[in-house]
Amino acid sequence: MSDATKMPESSKKPDKLQEIEEATIRFAGDSGDGIQLTGMQFTRTTAIAGNDLSTLPDYPAEIRAPAGTLPGISGFQIHFGGGDILTPGDAPDVLVAMNPAALKGNLKDLKPGGFLIVNTDSFTPQNLAKAACAADPLKDGSLSGYRVLRVELSRLTGLALQGLDLTKVQAERSKNFFALGMMYWLFDRPLDPTLRWIAEKFKKSAVLVEANQRALKAGNAYAETTEIFNAHYTVKKAALSPGIYRNITGNEAAALGMVAASVLSGIELWYGSYPITPASDVLHELSKHKNFGVRTFQAEDEIAAIGSAIGASFGGKLGATGTSGPGLALKSEAIGYAVMLELPLVILDVQRSGPSTGMPTKTEQADLLQALYGRHGECPVPVLASATPADCFGMVLEAFRIAVKYMTPVVLLSDGYLANGSEPWRIPGMGELPRFSRPPIPSADRFKPYARDSETLARPWVSPGNAGYEHRIGGIEKADVTGNVSYDPDNHERMTRLRAAKVAQVAREIPKSQIQGPSSGKLLVVGWGSTYGSITQAVRRCQAQGLSVSSLHLRYLNPLPPDLGEILGCFERVLVPEINLGQLVKMIRSRYLVDAKGFNCVRGQPLKAADVEEAVEDILNNGGARG
Amino acid sequence: MAETIPSTPAGAPAKPVLARKDFVSDQMVRWCPGCGDYAILATVQKLLPSLGLSRENHVFISGIGCSSRFPYYMNTFGMHTIHGRAPTFATGLKASRPELMVWVVTGDGDGLSIGGNHLIHALRRNVDLKILLFNNKIYGLTKGQTSPTSEVGKKTKSTPFGSVDYPINPLSLALAAEATFVARAIDTDLASLGHVLERAARHKGSSFVEILQNCIVFNDGAWADVSEKSTREEHNLFLEHGKPMIFGKDKNKGLRLKGLDPEIVEFDSGKPPADLLVHDEKAPSTALAHLLANIGRPDFPVPQGVFRAVERPTLEDLIEGQVAAARQARPADLTALLRGAEGETWVVS
Ligand SMILES: Cc1ncc(C[n+]2csc(CCOP(=O)(O)OP(=O)(O)O)c2C)c(N)n1
Ligand code: SF4
Ligand SMILES: [Mg+2]
Repeated sequence: MSDATKMPESSKKPDKLQEIEEATIRFAGDSGDGIQLTGMQFTRTTAIAGNDLSTLPDYPAEIRAPAGTLPGISGFQIHFGGGDILTPGDAPDVLVAMNPAALKGNLKDLKPGGFLIVNTDSFTPQNLAKAACAADPLKDGSLSGYRVLRVELSRLTGLALQGLDLTKVQAERSKNFFALGMMYWLFDRPLDPTLRWIAEKFKKSAVLVEANQRALKAGNAYAETTEIFNAHYTVKKAALSPGIYRNITGNEAAALGMVAASVLSGIELWYGSYPITPASDVLHELSKHKNFGVRTFQAEDEIAAIGSAIGASFGGKLGATGTSGPGLALKSEAIGYAVMLELPLVILDVQRSGPSTGMPTKTEQADLLQALYGRHGECPVPVLASATPADCFGMVLEAFRIAVKYMTPVVLLSDGYLANGSEPWRIPGMGELPRFSRPPIPSADRFKPYARDSETLARPWVSPGNAGYEHRIGGIEKADVTGNVSYDPDNHERMTRLRAAKVAQVAREIPKSQIQGPSSGKLLVVGWGSTYGSITQAVRRCQAQGLSVSSLHLRYLNPLPPDLGEILGCFERVLVPEINLGQLVKMIRSRYLVDAKGFNCVRGQPLKAADVEEAVEDILNNGGARG
Repeated sequence: MAETIPSTPAGAPAKPVLARKDFVSDQMVRWCPGCGDYAILATVQKLLPSLGLSRENHVFISGIGCSSRFPYYMNTFGMHTIHGRAPTFATGLKASRPELMVWVVTGDGDGLSIGGNHLIHALRRNVDLKILLFNNKIYGLTKGQTSPTSEVGKKTKSTPFGSVDYPINPLSLALAAEATFVARAIDTDLASLGHVLERAARHKGSSFVEILQNCIVFNDGAWADVSEKSTREEHNLFLEHGKPMIFGKDKNKGLRLKGLDPEIVEFDSGKPPADLLVHDEKAPSTALAHLLANIGRPDFPVPQGVFRAVERPTLEDLIEGQVAAARQARPADLTALLRGAEGETWVVS
């Protein structure tokens, strides 16, 4: 990590709080160790404490891989601070490792000189063997580059819980709260929010409330009294713009965006979906909100899910479906059908590592070309992409607004990192949200199913139940205006071009591009989707070094922003970092005939800002020799 | 019997009485001359006025196949969808617009091959759809390949040495999915077809009707054994609820059980034995219906009529119930929703 996270190496008086700008910490342990829950509590407390933050949960695909093994490791990283926090952090300053496997799997990421908190009780010969450690890392000197804090987490937790009616195994389960208590002391966070949360979460069992609360307090007191840390730190509040905030994941934001779209348009929502990681949480969240007239439908497969949404859309509802890459593939025939029907529809694709099952819990951006072109026939649809977890809210609204205005299916791309990652979100006031409505329909005597609005080229949206408007729609080519079946060659040519022109029209909705940095120079870095944070941070650092580089982020992938060509022309070089083998870069090269270069990683992880920074430096200093 | 058909709202101007021609669209019908689909279309068009529901509240949804051209010929709302998926579109429409009457028209390939899964799920959910499966035991539109209902050994374009795939029984499949209404009719017996279709239309819940249909071009005579006038009474068993199962021109044959299997018993006309099977379409168990679905030519007559008609809550009613309860319990307050649970927000000033 090239920017100094200001956690000083030098030890000052331990009781003295030192103020730092930002920090990144990672909890790692067995998937049964409550790591995600611990991370989420730290995040919540940190959000309420007023820091900006970004999180990255990283969990295994197996629900319960064998305890203590490398495939069973679950991790949760949070980057927080007083400035503009754009990424979950490249390298943690603090690593909490609950067992040898967690240590082995995560140590390489820890910053040199960083804090390493290990649960020494778990370093038994069996656990070392399960983690395939030839030697005990606590003894072989391999940790000498870090500030290692050896804590008997299991034993200390057991002691703190003495007298409670719990077995040893049950008592040990609270050790994550002990560790969390220590971290709260290290970063001077209040215990109250978590104490209250424990009381609510475990309210069915008084003994568990007591156990977890005691463990949290004991860990906190332990860190303070044993002076195990040389110092502790306070992190400045972030200068966020005024408002009411909450922490939100991308999937929560997407689901809330769908409910909001329904409220703002006054049209009820139908969400058809088939469970698939990492999109299922959108279905889970939406299914709670039936009081908004939201109908959720767990279909028998992805085809049925989109079919139901198209049926609901024909019925005049807001139809939506959500999935991940394999499901998008199954939906492709039906998307083609929706293009032919010209009905509004939103398809959310929460991308994951592919192809096939790939790495289902890991992130990737490799569905862009599928979203754009993965269908039979000439089949254009608008494609949008969210930049950050909270941005999923606004982009879902935008997708619905465009779908209804232009009578078209719209694909919105998110990904595993956005879906599960989180950040503070300033909750918009009702007055700030875009209202949109069903376009008016002509009188029955003038109604033609495929007559178009002269401005948007949209056809009228008329659902069954409207007397005098009876008509049939279908997948066979439509005669222009009447919508009757037609095999006329001229008509097919005209309709194919009309469908393309309609989607191209959506460019009018795209706001003027915001370039980060000077509007001309040596290098422009262009990104889309969840790489927004890493690219922005990397480019800011390069700009601070005095390099001639700017960045541009795309939320509209089809159509592309109308000013993109002109902007590209103002830079000598173009770099396109992506978590795929080069998909946007292909589009930019073919569309604008510029010699854009890709920077590509497919590791199932978000792009590291430091890697992008290196790529920028490489291009500017060595002409991209390494690329 | 529960009625699904909404009546005209009180105070609304009386709708003109509709006739068959009101349901005929302006599109030219393009089935081959002599195709059984014509008779089915005419029967449906004749039935609709009697249901009392106006045109705009009927929606015909089909998949792909000759049979699936059906919606284009109905002057109602309609959707000609994609191969096999008609039940999915119909489910989304019916469950979000329960006041509409939604029909599904499908074929043996469309509904039992590519779309078999959707059919099963629509039926088990008891979505109030009127599903008409035109069974011609062949792929018509793609010009004559074997279908999931073609018999073993059937020579078709894709099976020149005879089909090796064991056929599926549409009614057994529907019963396995616990469809609440299961019936069979044939395209040549318009009175029975009309009766069965009316029963299907008036049933609340998924109605599944297998219509034996003749494809005159690629599988002519597939149902000749059933449709032939001279043997009609001998080869068919017309099911009537609460009545003993009697057939034959002289009403001198009946069905009874021998162990777990049915057998034919002959008797003097007018003097049926007491142990004949009595039809019970309302039986909670599907056992009798399965037994009837599994018999047919040449050993038995082909049962026609309503095999099963039971009641179970429909998908759309269950969904509406949950929505109504949720609305009662909590107001739809978007601001509160966006703020999330108590204690999750903080203020930056
Ligand atoms: C995805 C897809 N696969 C294949 C086809 C080609 N296809 C059209 S209809 C049909 C079979 C229709 O058979 P059936 O459902 O029995 O209808 P029929 O024509 O006999 O009425 C096939 C294979 C298609 N339209 N779409
Ligand atoms: S091919 Fe067969 S099923 Fe199709 S229209 Fe002709 S006769 Fe009817
Ligand atoms: Mg067929």
